[in-house]
Amino acid sequence: VSEVPLQEGGEQARSTADAVARRSYGKLVAFLAARTRDVAAAEDALSEAFAAALGRWPVDGCPANPEAWLLTVARRKAIDVARGKIRGEIVAGQLQVMAEGLDAASDAEIPDQRLALLFACAHPAIEAGIRAPLMLQVVLGLDAKTIASAFLTSPAAMGKRLVRAKDKIRQAGIPFRVPEREELAARLDTVLEAIYAAFTEGWTDPGGSDVVRRDLTEEALFLAHLAAELLPQEPEALGLLALMLHAEARRRARRQADGEYVPLAEQDPALWDSQMIAEAESLLRRAGAMGSIGRYQLEGALQSAHVDRCRTGRANWTAVVQLYDALFALVGSPVVALNRALAIAEVDGAAAALAAMPDISTDARLAEYQPYWAARAELLVKTGAQAEAHRAYEIAIGLERDPAVRRFLQRRQAALPFTREGF
Amino acid sequence: MQYLLLLYSQEAQWGKMTPAQQQEGAAAYQAFGEALTKAGVMKGSNRLRPISDATTVRVADGKSQVLDGPYVDSKEQLGGYYLIDVADLDAALSWAARCPGASHGTVEVRPIWSMA
Repeated sequence: VSEVPLQEGGEQARSTADAVARRSYGKLVAFLAARTRDVAAAEDALSEAFAAALGRWPVDGCPANPEAWLLTVARRKAIDVARGKIRGEIVAGQLQVMAEGLDAASDAEIPDQRLALLFACAHPAIEAGIRAPLMLQVVLGLDAKTIASAFLTSPAAMGKRLVRAKDKIRQAGIPFRVPEREELAARLDTVLEAIYAAFTEGWTDPGGSDVVRRDLTEEALFLAHLAAELLPQEPEALGLLALMLHAEARRRARRQADGEYVPLAEQDPALWDSQMIAEAESLLRRAGAMGSIGRYQLEGALQSAHVDRCRTGRANWTAVVQLYDALFALVGSPVVALNRALAIAEVDGAAAALAAMPDISTDARLAEYQPYWAARAELLVKTGAQAEAHRAYEIAIGLERDPAVRRFLQRRQAALPFTREGF
Repeated sequence: MQYLLLLYSQEAQWGKMTPAQQQEGAAAYQAFGEALTKAGVMKGSNRLRPISDATTVRVADGKSQVLDGPYVDSKEQLGGYYLIDVADLDAALSWAARCPGASHGTVEVRPIWSMA
């Protein structure tokens, strides 16, 4: 939502507008765009409506139903634009559609079509890489600059890709609809994947020192909450939320007061957010009772197992390896294979774990994946291969972006007996 | 909305099929066409002659260049099309998936530019 200079007494209008924006932005966009499929026009109309609100509300007082007020103004703006833009008989049809919406909006209850909007944003016809940014913009109102910074790309490039995606929704006729039962599972996958991508992008700044990125994890959590709330019968939607809550619950413990990185095994469980963990656990139980296992439930269960072990001190590595086995069978990702190998180290020793590591020659991306080299180094240390471990740490340090993690790896490397002897 | 389903496949495959297989293939396309008509979404359809019968024309600096052959020489060739009128992209995609061409080639789904 754009910044508007405040007038006297505008503080409350502004905070009301902000609150409505946060709570209802996606709902209003969804409702405005559902029939015309013109997301960009809906966003434009809505941003003008918010600007009008900041002008009117300090003078007239906040309306009883701010959401309906914004929607009515936004619809008028959209109709004005349509009048100016299109000619001929199509105008009548478009205006008819818009006018129908105007009547519906006069009811206090605006139907919640955000789920349909999520499915449109994550439609398989939309390029996979832009689905998460598109959701963040269209459902939550984040600007292209904020999103671009989280996804490590230029605001101009991100802006262009967002415009192209919105054009595609309109021109290709991508529907605003929750898919039918039989195709729901497959389509839900792409929605959850995009939400998770938004979340993990937010995590690329593990220190949380970059406000934009930290906010993004909160926004992604909001989307995950939304999906779980709107699809309470879908175990994977619940599983994803549980997984994200678990990760979020440990945020504070991942850093010392001075900003230094703390690995899971050395974290203080007292610093974890026990309320979030409890919510995650309850979600996993609900999902589990539905009897249909999936990727996110398994990942959530793994988080849960790690938390339980750290809290109670009871080793549960055999169960953890089994969960990784199941997860690997389902997704076959080299990152899962890597984590599975680390769990195997706890059960069968470092040599067995090294043998279970994913093969770098089969996936070139692994060679640039810092955790691969850090894990390899840890395992090599345990087998006594100090020189090799030193080299693996070297590569891991060179690949890491976050200075705190880099320092952590450097300390590990410096602690090798071989370096202490002055090699 | 109207969509054009463009059917791409290796046209050389057709010649390698037995008469029985060709007949079966043609019957599948005919059934697909009938299903489109029954559903009331069919606007038009044609099978194209092979690319060896294609000619391209381009006018540059007022002079027309005529060349033998297709516009692009690709592994799969445009072999036919269906023009359909359906509610949205999902409906168009579900018809495209039923098209026999999607099983032995690729179907590109393109929305028609509305002139209204």
